[in-house]
Amino acid sequence: MSAAPTTSALPKPAVPFIKIPEHGEPYLEGHRCAACKEVFMEPRRACPKCTKIGTLKAEKLANAGKLYNFTVVHRNFPGVKVPFISAIVDLDGGGTLKGNLVDIEPDIAKLRFDMPVKVVFRDAGRSDKAGNKYLAYFFIPA
Amino acid sequence: MSDVYVVGTDMIKFGRFPERTVDDLGAEAALLALADCGLTIADMQAVYCGNLFQASAGVGQRILKQIGQTGVPVVNTANACATGATALREGWTAIKAGLYDLVLCVGVEQMGKGLLGGGGGKDEGIPTEGLLGSGTMPSVFAHVGLEHSRKYGTTFEQFAKVSVKNHHHSTLNPKAMYQVETPLEEVMNAEMISYPNTKLMCSVNVDGSAAAVLCSEKKAKELGLMKRAVRVRASALSSDPWSKHNLAAMDFNPVTRLAAKTAYEMAGLGPDDVDLVELHDCFATAEIVHYENLGLCKDGEAGRLIDSGETALGGRIPVNVSGGLLSKGHPLGATGIANIYEVTTHLRGEAGRRQVEGARIGLTHVVGAGSACAVHVLEKV
Repeated sequence: MSAAPTTSALPKPAVPFIKIPEHGEPYLEGHRCAACKEVFMEPRRACPKCTKIGTLKAEKLANAGKLYNFTVVHRNFPGVKVPFISAIVDLDGGGTLKGNLVDIEPDIAKLRFDMPVKVVFRDAGRSDKAGNKYLAYFFIPA
Repeated sequence: MSDVYVVGTDMIKFGRFPERTVDDLGAEAALLALADCGLTIADMQAVYCGNLFQASAGVGQRILKQIGQTGVPVVNTANACATGATALREGWTAIKAGLYDLVLCVGVEQMGKGLLGGGGGKDEGIPTEGLLGSGTMPSVFAHVGLEHSRKYGTTFEQFAKVSVKNHHHSTLNPKAMYQVETPLEEVMNAEMISYPNTKLMCSVNVDGSAAAVLCSEKKAKELGLMKRAVRVRASALSSDPWSKHNLAAMDFNPVTRLAAKTAYEMAGLGPDDVDLVELHDCFATAEIVHYENLGLCKDGEAGRLIDSGETALGGRIPVNVSGGLLSKGHPLGATGIANIYEVTTHLRGEAGRRQVEGARIGLTHVVGAGSACAVHVLEKV
């Protein structure tokens, strides 16, 4: 990566809903519908659940939740390190998202539905063509 | 509105044909379906073509360049794994509307090997596959299966039994990609892809094509085609209704339930009236959840249903006697119409060794990521 033309000091978010403030800790941003209270990771013109227009408002989501669903992935595309745990986590207070569950052996027998997890932010271990670093979220056992 | 009938249908034996073109594969099935009812392309008033991977490349028109450029309207559909069924439904809609009496519906796909889903490289940013969970289809349907386990305790072995059953069925279907028995231990001990889906619990990426000629009642009677005609009792198509976990993991349940409900209402019958089902077993886990989504058993009973053998040929409600996507193969754009061919063949009593005896009502189901779900109910005339 020696020829990288631009490399910013601050990492970039791996997905737009990871917010990296200049001061303070990174966090997940969701968008809550004022009418039906459902939380979506991405902004939308209207609420996909209740169809009300203009009711979504950004908010900081919790860094804790429960493991709703999981699988251990043993085969993937070349270059993707396996095995790993693909996890669906329901965040406390709203928001549901998919991510890697780490700091636990990728063994199906070790995983329990609804086990408590925390959200942590770490280097993604991948960079773009320009050599920029990225910050990703991960789930770890609480 | 006229009833709509399948008067001609056929499919090619699914396989890998890298040396052939999509239009050639589609043309073969089109000619087979036309020959099945003794008609020609000159009799067709419109053509509906389902193909996903060349969706912008006029596959329907290219097929006509192989079999006859009659100048009729051609509509190409792309609707995930419901692509072929959507093409069929467009043809059905046009006849229902009274626009045409005879249309040709073709589904075709050339697949290549390997994993689907998960996305590839991007111009900006970084790929997230394996970083923020997995979006490959085996993983997506692993989550689908384990959600069922979460609710009802469904086991790895129960999911695996689906593959044993469908691979067995395919040994009776000369048009299936594979005709090989896979005992339970072999399925469970095959390479694990995404738990609980082993390699033998993933559908086969194959090339294939299937076609159906749809006809109005008036025209079918006029042409003397009613003897082998099969009535389309219902055609339903749905997109994702909102569901919470669809935000993070694809949820194929509400979209299937909605299409099934619409189809049963349109047909004026229920799951107990159905004699055979071809459903979307893209992964073994999928078949289990769709037993419940299509009302073949009560919620929570799908594990018991596969254990009971009731969905095997000779059972109460045979499912995927063609071998299913798991063994017949899953050429995306062709699958929906291949299901129509399978059920029609049973309703005509022409399915040979895999015939579901006395079949009068059959149901087909496909559901694709995104989501698009199509359910058709067919009836012996």
